[in-house]
Amino acid sequence: MKESASRRYKVLEHTADLALEVYGRDLKELFGNAAFALFDVVTDLSRVEERVERTVRLRAFDLEQLLVNWLNELLYYHEVEQLLFKRFEVRGLESDNLEAVAYGESFREGRHIILTSPKAVTHHKIEVVEVPEGWRARVIIDL
Amino acid sequence: MEKELTLNIKQIDPYRWKIEKEGGMRVEGIVYADSRIMEEIKRDLSLRQVANVATLPGIVRASLAMPDIHEGYGFPIGGVAAFDETGVISPGGVGYDINCGVRVLRSNLRREEIQDMMKELVNTLFRNIPTGVGSHRKDLKLGIEEEKGLLRQGARWAVSRGYGYERDLDHIEERGCIQGADPGEVSDRAMERGRAQVGTLGSGNHFVEVDVISEIYDEKLASTLGLELGGVAVQVHTGSRGLGYQVCDDFIGVMLRAASKYGIELVDRQLCCAPIDSEEGRRYFAAMACAANFAFTNRQMITHWVRESFSHMLKRPSEDLGLELIYDVCHNIAKFETHNVDGKPAKLCVHRKGATRALPPGHPQTPAAYREIGQPVLIPGDMGRCSYVLVGTEAASQETFASSCHGAGRVMSRTQATKRAKGKNILREMEDMGIIVRASGWDTLAEEIPEAYKDVTEVVNVVHNAGIARKVVQLKPLGVIKG
Repeated sequence: MKESASRRYKVLEHTADLALEVYGRDLKELFGNAAFALFDVVTDLSRVEERVERTVRLRAFDLEQLLVNWLNELLYYHEVEQLLFKRFEVRGLESDNLEAVAYGESFREGRHIILTSPKAVTHHKIEVVEVPEGWRARVIIDL
Repeated sequence: MEKELTLNIKQIDPYRWKIEKEGGMRVEGIVYADSRIMEEIKRDLSLRQVANVATLPGIVRASLAMPDIHEGYGFPIGGVAAFDETGVISPGGVGYDINCGVRVLRSNLRREEIQDMMKELVNTLFRNIPTGVGSHRKDLKLGIEEEKGLLRQGARWAVSRGYGYERDLDHIEERGCIQGADPGEVSDRAMERGRAQVGTLGSGNHFVEVDVISEIYDEKLASTLGLELGGVAVQVHTGSRGLGYQVCDDFIGVMLRAASKYGIELVDRQLCCAPIDSEEGRRYFAAMACAANFAFTNRQMITHWVRESFSHMLKRPSEDLGLELIYDVCHNIAKFETHNVDGKPAKLCVHRKGATRALPPGHPQTPAAYREIGQPVLIPGDMGRCSYVLVGTEAASQETFASSCHGAGRVMSRTQATKRAKGKNILREMEDMGIIVRASGWDTLAEEIPEAYKDVTEVVNVVHNAGIARKVVQLKPLGVIKG
């Protein structure tokens, strides 16, 4: 685990898939950190620069589904446009909708490495809860 | 959801266990395992999930679990559940990687003929078969209309474009095409992911593996399959890639709403489903069939590049090499099949999530070449140990809707595996074992170390001893490419 990342998320033990526990002082930070965690397991983010941005607007019927949709949306850009994102600005976030901008660049052979290729962010045991320090989420990624 | 210990589990015989019908369970649960594997299974929620599946409307006979069972999304991985016309269809009962599956090719080659060129052969396979992020065959560009044709036709689409032979189709489950596929039910996003990834292997547990036949359990069965000791075979293991994951994700949303619309009581939200005979149920099936057909096509195209790679390396036409398809099976699928229930044939919607169809000898859908021996059942193991070819049996037909296990199943989390692999030169270790490995991601390799998996031999021995499949040969890896 990279040190700078440890306050933002940690990897939980889970046999079949990859389980992440993500933290945030508020919901916006939580969603940003969840996206960061996703790409932190995909690649070495220190080698990724901010060259492109993608704006994401989503609706869902609850926070849990919103989180899964948000991460799957980013995974979609990763898959179709080979984008690696390293920074996220969550501009608007309510229980059923989100607006955010993700910054990163396209995968380049020789420059970037792929550590893990997630298949999908699942709804399995998804959890978004308020805790004394702010918010905590658990997501399981199918690899 | 707690790890409840209230399940009432009884051992029936050395390889069968029963979860007694209790609470909302409509049928009992049956688990295929020996005592040792059973202890391992009890460590996660999978037995509770077997019981949960038994509560769904229309479930027939029993909620079944294979020895490679582990916890999954709602339904356990390694589970089989069949529903009658009053029942339901559920994306969770199929999984994200729709029609993740495996095929095995035989050959006329002996191990000695390729031993010295193994490194170069693996490199050639790695070059010809797209694996990493964004990798794609430069000679393959698909328009939307072409993609729709692919989703409707499955493997036949690939064959009609020169990927493989017409006769390959005879040796694919459902001849490489699930009927009823409707691209109109596949979202634009799923279509787009499909176009970006058609003809790619993908990562995780997906692989192409060159094997040697290392043990024969039944001479007659093996020779019917064209397999002999010391011969070379090839396995292709992949699925429907981003298209399948997107279809699953799209329909989990639909099914969560459908379950409440139709008043289906769910003990776990992840079992979300719709009646088979509902708009939502029909739409999911039509989209899932597209994803399944995409996966058949993917394996068919990769097979073609395998043949090309061998032909290039050995400087002989691939037909001379006898690289014929033995069979291709789905490991994650929901299908309409006819099975005997209480002595009468019934049309059922069979969900296999991490399970393999295993038709008995004489079944009309078993290919003509195998009619006397039963349908080949293909069970890949981890990259360091071995894999198996089995055949279906009459017992499977009677007990498990003609189903058997699908593979090894993890015993170690990916983080544990990565920790275990730290400081190890996995490529070198594998090479010392006589296995050449090429992978595009370092973590994939670390996560896929052999110790991370259950020993597939134990799993296969359970299904063999229980009689729901019969061992034919064992395959040992010589060369592997992974995503």
